[in-house]
Amino acid sequence: MELDIVELSRLQFAMTAMYHFLFVPLTLGLSILVAIMETVYVMTGRPIWRQMTKFWGTLFGINFVLGVATGITMEFQFGMNWSYYSHYVGDIFGAPLAIEGLMAFFLEATFVGLFFFGWDKLSKVAHLVVAWLVALGSNFSALWILIANGWMQNPVGAEFNPDTMRMEMTSFFDVLFNEVAQAKFVHTVSAGYVTASVFVLGVSAFYMLRGRHTRLAKRSITVAASFGLASALSVVVLGDESGYSASHTQKMKLAAIEAMWETEEAPAHFTLVGIPDKEARETHYAVHIPWAMGLIGTRSLTEEIPGINELVDEAHDRIENGIIAYDALMTIREQRDATPADVRATFEQHSEDLGFAMLLMRYTDDPRTATPEMITQAANDTIPGVFPLFWAFRIMVGLGFGFIGMMAYFFIRSSFYGQSYPRWALHAAVWLIPAPWIAAELGWFVAEFGRQPWTVDGVLPTALSVSHLSVGDLLLTLAGFVTFYSVLFIIEMGLMIKYIRKGPTEDVDETEIWEERHAARLQADPAIAAAE
Amino acid sequence: MILYELISYDVLRVIWWVLLGVLLIGFALTDGFDMGVGALLPFVAKTDVERRVVINTVGPVWEGNQVWFILGGGAIFAAWPPLYAVSFSGFYLAMFAVLACFILRPVGFKYRSKRESARWRSGWDWALFVGGAGPALLFGVAVGNAMLGVPFHLNDLLMPMYDGTFYGKFLGLLRPFAILSGVVSFAMLIMHGAAWLALKTEGEINARARRMGSVAGIVAIVAYALAGVWLAFGVDGFTLTSDVVANGPSNPLYSEVARGGSWLSAYAERPWIAIAPALGFLGMGLAVLGLRSRREVSTLLFSKLGILGVISSVGLTMFPFILPSTVDPASSLTVWDASSSHRTLFIMLVCALIFMPLILAYTAWVYKVLWGKVTEDDVTGSSHSY
Repeated sequence: MELDIVELSRLQFAMTAMYHFLFVPLTLGLSILVAIMETVYVMTGRPIWRQMTKFWGTLFGINFVLGVATGITMEFQFGMNWSYYSHYVGDIFGAPLAIEGLMAFFLEATFVGLFFFGWDKLSKVAHLVVAWLVALGSNFSALWILIANGWMQNPVGAEFNPDTMRMEMTSFFDVLFNEVAQAKFVHTVSAGYVTASVFVLGVSAFYMLRGRHTRLAKRSITVAASFGLASALSVVVLGDESGYSASHTQKMKLAAIEAMWETEEAPAHFTLVGIPDKEARETHYAVHIPWAMGLIGTRSLTEEIPGINELVDEAHDRIENGIIAYDALMTIREQRDATPADVRATFEQHSEDLGFAMLLMRYTDDPRTATPEMITQAANDTIPGVFPLFWAFRIMVGLGFGFIGMMAYFFIRSSFYGQSYPRWALHAAVWLIPAPWIAAELGWFVAEFGRQPWTVDGVLPTALSVSHLSVGDLLLTLAGFVTFYSVLFIIEMGLMIKYIRKGPTEDVDETEIWEERHAARLQADPAIAAAE
Repeated sequence: MILYELISYDVLRVIWWVLLGVLLIGFALTDGFDMGVGALLPFVAKTDVERRVVINTVGPVWEGNQVWFILGGGAIFAAWPPLYAVSFSGFYLAMFAVLACFILRPVGFKYRSKRESARWRSGWDWALFVGGAGPALLFGVAVGNAMLGVPFHLNDLLMPMYDGTFYGKFLGLLRPFAILSGVVSFAMLIMHGAAWLALKTEGEINARARRMGSVAGIVAIVAYALAGVWLAFGVDGFTLTSDVVANGPSNPLYSEVARGGSWLSAYAERPWIAIAPALGFLGMGLAVLGLRSRREVSTLLFSKLGILGVISSVGLTMFPFILPSTVDPASSLTVWDASSSHRTLFIMLVCALIFMPLILAYTAWVYKVLWGKVTEDDVTGSSHSY
């Protein structure tokens, strides 16, 4: 890889975004798990649930702060490193980001302080409401950021304005109810819930193995396994929904993920494993499952899914159309109001392909001067890296099904085997703690790497989106982020481990006194006992 | 749907220009005292317990306050995309430094007291100092640069390009007038942080904060006055030379701009705007007096009034300019040609009208719950404090 501004900017964005997403999924899920635990506390009054809330809340806090801190970079990086992108699509993309601030960030950030500092200052119920508001705020923020990201994948509700040289919003509702965004949102938050469930399960398993805090750990496992099972199912179902929407919104991404070089007769087969080779345009050692791809991708037996080669030919045509649009655009920009009506009409007719002409700007400053070789080259550029996508996707899906199995197992043991867990299962739960993070990062990799060579699919090429920085500036900030983030990561992990080792401040006396009193209450009043 | 045409484009642009100011002022009023407190931390508090008291005065609220900064970024992106694109890429390394400070600060608040080691804690104390003092200074420097104009131009595709020697270069920002504005914002936010500490602490910390805050307030007043004199004699202003097209498309290149004359001619055209600098001087002056005379709530309010005056004076003086260009004045971003589309501005206004009152209401409620002084007993006696 050549060290140019585009590659360095991509590297920096990928690094800071993926680093940010180390903390986000845990925040999304743990905020809800903690709120659930506190709900049980408020409803039953059992002190152990308050101790659980406080303990998992402490770990939530250590993680939350880095999610907030690294999120700041995300909000500003578009302007810093992707200034043409910001200009070109800010009219649409900026809105969900701003609404995220208004609706989500203020909510979670204002109340998270009160969650930690408000135990003695608020009534039980008021504190519970605060906990739920924090969870609600975190999850709202995922909604808006995925509406923004969904628009990059499937840019609906917008059109190009030649006067301002940018995309402008035509329908806020289309942007909001973009099918890609909706599926992505539920898929992503569910992934966050799975992450937190695996985390709570793993840490609790660690206590069980050590024979510490078993009362607290058992209850935590029950909560995590029930919540985790539902979430793990939801991740896979909504992941399938994302795949389905990609079959008509991002055909190239889907074809690349499946290494489908040729269009096949419907229903297409699914390639389970293999070694995709982009140069030769074929997949070596492929193992196929007949019909499966057609069923997953189109949910029909008759609809075809276009292969990569066909899509490249399509891109070739669209680039040629795009050149016509670009030519008309240049006339419009020179003559403004004096532009002849037929030029305007030509532009309107071809403006959907304008972005494809811009793919040529990697090779020539003016797409109108492009040679046939350049057009072929640019059409080939529309194929993303097939091999990494193919495998990243398969590992992610494999892990996704693995989580269903894991959660189902712990759910059954917790429900029907009197909360007894064999040691091997507890050991496995501890070792599996990192797995959901791997799956989540791979998911983002598939979504964003699969979108290449576009920042906004079919609208704006990545190569054109960057700021005109110098390589030196980028190397400096990249080195800065790597160093700074590494140090923070080490510090965070250190604290996390310290607080996990230290364990909850379990007040055994308080719990026992409560249980005794509770038993006495039950004896005194048969009505309560019957209700229990 | 033509609902958005209920409010005309030019009016929406002015509303969003005002809202941009409201956000910046909101940020300075809330997160401003966090920054001031961070910058004062190593000096107003000597022992570990004292420092924990100081940190815990902002402990429960810094997170919400910091959202003003993030929302500012988001709102500029949504309502003023060209400004977002040109300013953050142009001030690249300075922005990186600001981000680093804003990342350091939350981590410092949260992690400092999680270990006993004295070295760990004093390390984070200095991180909090840098995290507070750095942005307080740099925001002023950025505003100073905006008034001087920055060397960018927009090419045929409206791509922001910078003059080679300036682009991204940190040192390029450090022009004398910009440094002076940095001093204004730095001193002003120190004063604000001290006013907060005067309200929230007692004893030694309280006395030190008052002393340092009143000195900072005087520095801010003097520097602000100097900046005014400098603007009158040493800084070129910008003027729109073509007709104002307030309803036109957001393309900066459609208008003509000349560099020359003085920014202060705005005060001849719109004399009423003199109220802003007047409030700035009055507020800061009364805050200094308040710090010296042991008043608490009113001091913080006067400090807020001063900040409101100073920041709005910058916007009102430059109107309609937001970010002028020195190398190609025609590329300058103004209120009339650097906004989002009519529809987006309207939708965002509706969102702001729904959520801002809610935000203000629950923020006020949280401050009410947390009302009162933070004492040494609070910090040592509670397991929840930082």
